[in-house]
Amino acid sequence: MSLAKVTQVKGLALAVPGDDIDTDRIIPARFLRCVTFDDLGQHAFRDERTGPDGKESNHPMNSPQAARIAAAKQGVMVVGFNFGCGSSREHAPQSIWRFGFTALVGGSFAEIFFGNSTTLGVPCVTLSKDDLADCDAFVRAHPDVEVTVDVEKLVVTAGAKSWKASIAASARDGLVHGKWDPIADLLDGASAVDQTAGSLAYVVGK
Amino acid sequence: MAKTLFQKVWEAHTVRKLPNGQTQLFIGTHLIHEVTSPQAFGMLRDLGLKVKYPQRTFATVDHIVPTNELKEPYSDPIAQEMIEALRKNTKDFGIRFFDTNTGTQGIVHMVGPEQGITQPGTTIACGDSHTATHGAFGAIAFGIGTTQVRDVLATQTLALSPLKVRRIEVNGQLAPGVYAKDVILHIIRVLGVNGGIGYAYEYAGSTFDGFSLEERMTVCNMSIEGGARCGYVNPDQKTFDYIKGKPYAPKAAGWDAAVARWQSFASDPGCAYDDVVKFDAAAIRPTVTWGITPGQAVFIDEKMPALETLNAADRATAEDAYKHMKLSPDTPIKGTKVDVCFLGSCTNGRISDLREAAKYLKGRKVSPTVKAIVVPGSQLTAIQAVHEGLDKVFTEAGFEWRGAGCSMCLAMNPDKLVGDQLCASSSNRNFKGRQGSQTGRTVLMSPIMVIAAAITGQVADAREVFKV
Repeated sequence: MSLAKVTQVKGLALAVPGDDIDTDRIIPARFLRCVTFDDLGQHAFRDERTGPDGKESNHPMNSPQAARIAAAKQGVMVVGFNFGCGSSREHAPQSIWRFGFTALVGGSFAEIFFGNSTTLGVPCVTLSKDDLADCDAFVRAHPDVEVTVDVEKLVVTAGAKSWKASIAASARDGLVHGKWDPIADLLDGASAVDQTAGSLAYVVGK
Repeated sequence: MAKTLFQKVWEAHTVRKLPNGQTQLFIGTHLIHEVTSPQAFGMLRDLGLKVKYPQRTFATVDHIVPTNELKEPYSDPIAQEMIEALRKNTKDFGIRFFDTNTGTQGIVHMVGPEQGITQPGTTIACGDSHTATHGAFGAIAFGIGTTQVRDVLATQTLALSPLKVRRIEVNGQLAPGVYAKDVILHIIRVLGVNGGIGYAYEYAGSTFDGFSLEERMTVCNMSIEGGARCGYVNPDQKTFDYIKGKPYAPKAAGWDAAVARWQSFASDPGCAYDDVVKFDAAAIRPTVTWGITPGQAVFIDEKMPALETLNAADRATAEDAYKHMKLSPDTPIKGTKVDVCFLGSCTNGRISDLREAAKYLKGRKVSPTVKAIVVPGSQLTAIQAVHEGLDKVFTEAGFEWRGAGCSMCLAMNPDKLVGDQLCASSSNRNFKGRQGSQTGRTVLMSPIMVIAAAITGQVADAREVFKV
């Protein structure tokens, strides 16, 4: 299985504000009633975007900027701290990715969300608190300026601006070498797995 | 060298180092359910892969099962499609399925312990963030995404990086009316909803030594609500006693050896932790959430925080929370009108929860303004409760007695809040829209506090209502 090397992600950016944005908000549970991920893109942030009266809210995901990103199928979401907390549902990063976002920039990410995104080839990089505020303000003020998330050089740039970025070393390694889906490596270890299995005295099966 | 349980289990299950520096970790036990597994089986088929060790994966159905409609086909055709997909996948790949007609179906985090599948010193993964529940037995158990479910099915391993270990010690005796649920809500309130990122939580101290396995499960269950992917309690005699005689427990001949092996995984005296936090059990009071994250909580006799007492970041989330919850800063939460009461979930849907709730409910009536439902977490729990006559206590008081499942914890089945109903809930998440209505409101609390709310029709202090 050959995967694209994700060294740089470039695209228009959308700021989606708030800390502790949980995966129920990213993709409400009713959309988990499915056996494929195919249709999730349209439902990303559904209950934030549509009010109880059925009317569209002023959530950033309803903006023309979001529509441009959806059309381009590439773009950068700028979020807050502890983004993606809560449920382990891969449906959350799947919906963001299928909507059109190909990288996320934030203050911090919940671990399971981070891992699920990386496995899709979607980097989630973090900035310092001050840099994140600066980046957030910049992308709001300059919607037409493309943002580049450089996973290799660990920097986020936009126009004349640049901010130092961080990402777990293993995720960076996987992304830049086109090995963000670990299945090939895991399958390679099959005989070592049998050894480990044999060394552990589990009681399984009745 | 003295080691933590986490380190010992990690080392024992390490297959090899991967090229990216991560560990290929062996997953001894894999649990699956209908929501996060169908896509994984789809990927398996697309890649032409088999399930490497089918006997190490166990399946049940919990999220989408209706609790008041036991006959199939279900009125929700998608729910029917999902349960049938799991039947087909488990049949095609030779996986044991605790289906609805077996008397053993239930929330996946209850089925593992009930069957004796959950054992100390093991690694357990499941496509569900509340998998840390199994850590109550001294297992390293954590939630995974669907692509990782595929990885476990195909290779019985995951690519992971080790976690740091924070020891959370709670010492002393809990006051009457204070429960394991209050302990974990308090821990999350103090350490924050993101305080556990990068950590496994080791729960210890005399309070945990005194806890039953079911109480330990309640605490471990909500580790993820504090940001910790995994939480555990070191195994002890109570752990072994709980497992003994369960269907998948080691049988007589192998029992002593199994116990000796399990004991060897417990954290060594004098081992080093990355962090240690201590709590005094006597200082913890019944705790309820007021906001939209599990960390937004107060003791029942406290006021909700004034905005000016919060730092800038917490303040923005709090403002959003007050608006959603239709509550006012700097006022008591006690006395807030309650519309729905939900007793159940993998946090508090076990037999000990139902017994404690029934003890206080007996002879009392649910307020006429409240809709109250009790959902045993598993069929075995339901059977035991009926055997003890608990179902009668609930129904005579005005609760609806339901079938087993996740139900209104996340409302993927027909059990949903309507409009801006406020629910006193024994579950684990108070996120916006969590209980099935976009404007619905959730107040998390212990089972006995849910009973107090059901009787009085408001958020109440169970210690006052029941004079405990």
